[in-house]
Amino acid sequence: MTLKSISRRGVLKGGAAFAAGSTLGAPMIWAQNIKDVTLRQFGTGVSNLNEVAQKVKEDLGFTLEMTALDTDSVTQRAATQPNSFDIADIEYFICKKVWPAGNLQAMDTSKIKNYDKIVGIFRDGKLTPESVIAQGTAPHTVGFTSGPDGTDFVQEESGWMTLIPTIYNADTLGIRPDLIGRPISKWAELLNPEFKGKASILDISSIGIMDMAMVIESMGEHTYGDKGNMTKEEIDMTLGIFTEAKKNGQFRAFWKSFDESVNLMASGEVVIQSMWSPAITAVKSKGIPCVYQPLEEGYRSWGGGIGLSAALTGLERDAAYEYINWYLDGWVGGFLMRQGYYSAVPSTSKDYMSENEWGYWFEGKEATDVITSPFGDPLAQAGETRDGGSFEERMGAVACWNSVMDENQYMVRKWNEFIAA
Amino acid sequence: MALVLLVFLVAPIVMIAVVSFWQATEFSIIPAFEFDNYEFLFGSSVTYRVFVNTFKYALITWAFTFLIGFAVAYFLAFHVRSLTWQIALFLLCTIPFWTSNIIRMISWIPFLGRNGIANSALMSWGVIDAPLDWLLFSDFAVILAFVHLYTLFMVVPIFNTMMRIDRALIEAARDAGANGLQILWNVIVPLCKPGIMIGSIFVITLVMGDFITVRFMSGSQSANVGRLISNDIALLQYPSAAATAMVLLATVLIVIAILLRFVDIRKEL
Repeated sequence: MTLKSISRRGVLKGGAAFAAGSTLGAPMIWAQNIKDVTLRQFGTGVSNLNEVAQKVKEDLGFTLEMTALDTDSVTQRAATQPNSFDIADIEYFICKKVWPAGNLQAMDTSKIKNYDKIVGIFRDGKLTPESVIAQGTAPHTVGFTSGPDGTDFVQEESGWMTLIPTIYNADTLGIRPDLIGRPISKWAELLNPEFKGKASILDISSIGIMDMAMVIESMGEHTYGDKGNMTKEEIDMTLGIFTEAKKNGQFRAFWKSFDESVNLMASGEVVIQSMWSPAITAVKSKGIPCVYQPLEEGYRSWGGGIGLSAALTGLERDAAYEYINWYLDGWVGGFLMRQGYYSAVPSTSKDYMSENEWGYWFEGKEATDVITSPFGDPLAQAGETRDGGSFEERMGAVACWNSVMDENQYMVRKWNEFIAA
Repeated sequence: MALVLLVFLVAPIVMIAVVSFWQATEFSIIPAFEFDNYEFLFGSSVTYRVFVNTFKYALITWAFTFLIGFAVAYFLAFHVRSLTWQIALFLLCTIPFWTSNIIRMISWIPFLGRNGIANSALMSWGVIDAPLDWLLFSDFAVILAFVHLYTLFMVVPIFNTMMRIDRALIEAARDAGANGLQILWNVIVPLCKPGIMIGSIFVITLVMGDFITVRFMSGSQSANVGRLISNDIALLQYPSAAATAMVLLATVLIVIAILLRFVDIRKEL
């Protein structure tokens, strides 16, 4: 807790309560007060972990209440119930939908201690100076706004962030190598009749449509102008091909929540499906072989961040900034990276990971010892390397970002028809 | 009483009706008076298919729950002689209902799975060579779960009406020379009508309004009207969900009105 992070208002509030005027006394009073602060955070299951809330209580003293919801419910809550949360842990493509509604407030990057260390993806969009920006809603395009009251997006680093990036990853298909028994290298394999009745795709329209687009491009059926922003004809064509496959019995099931995808894979009902990194981890930790298969066409990537409710002011807001700074300080980053995600400030996370873990998860090196999940389950033995390799190899091969299309409403209706077909 | 009904039943339905004419964008809902939602609903062939599917589930589930429910109630009412045993066995029927609906439903999933207990048992008995895929994530699984979940709603009202049947009537029928089947068909079934009807209304409305059983047991692959509504709500399309809900409500009311034509429940009770 640095003196810098104490706002005037927080001091005044604390001071008024205790009728103490001296600035010297203020930090102590603040420290007393902050224990009574409760921040309500909601988001998808990926980062809404009780371990984080516990550690916040230990390190910062205040209470963080976590609510984990599925992606659709998160969007719904951020858009329709601004008073039900203080901190929104949402994805960038959700931000694109929700931000213009004015339920979130812009964040002052000068209050973010590690702002300069945040990876380029979230600032100018480039991982390395030579990187090409992938299709879809790239995080930096919706990461900044014009000022403290902005409801727009600006393309340069304006000093006012819509979300503080926390977590991101590159997604691909998960496979059961033991049940497939041959190498898989293309997205098109999802619709390969060989896996009839043994494939699955996720039933979250905004993400599912992107996975479909990857498959269709890989099949050579069509090349999209922008997978993240399809035309109506492209939407019809994409869902048409998948409806056909569904009717032919290609899919065993569709999944909506993380646990469902784990169960489908672990039970062997499905051998190839859209999957998220920690789901792979969860399957592996049951001792079942599961690979997050890197594919020729690249990854579908996503990024998440923390946004503050527009209603948040005073001491609560100070606590929220404190929390954000703590979030980027490395402990959470390390915790998330040991599950296969990436931290927005990898350099700080390094301090909270062993050399072996850092080498395995970030640098794509061979593990020198057993790699365990943060919950203690062994995930890899010495000599194994991470699926897809290093951070640069994985995040450098992003083909598209999760996105919201201009024709989103049309797509959603068509998606509904696909599910009902 | 009228006030309670007004506040908790009529007002919400009126609200839904009003919202069904509104417009929605991705994250906002605009009050309006448009028929867009209904137009889209009635203009899409998917809607009709989904309604047909909903009726299919309701009808098949009704048939099975009725047959099983009637048999169980008949056994309890006429074959179990002592009241103590009747009560004991009746309570036994309710034991599964002490856990939540969802748990009872989800517990079928590992049982029916490709490598589940059912398939491994059948394979070890030599009945089948390869696992049966249609056991899980299929219409079969959906209906199995429905029947399992809702049979008790059939048993209870039928059992109740059976217990009220004057035993002298059955003796009289026997004395008049009727055989067992004739007694069942000409005496017991007609007198059980109110119970059958109440049970049917329970089962049909429950099945037609369900979405979670269909989602889990079909692996999200089949749809009924409830799922259309829940998908719309998940995607913030409240007006469209409200329109679908109004159509579903009207459909269910028509079904119940038809059922009530057969039996005047008020008179019979």
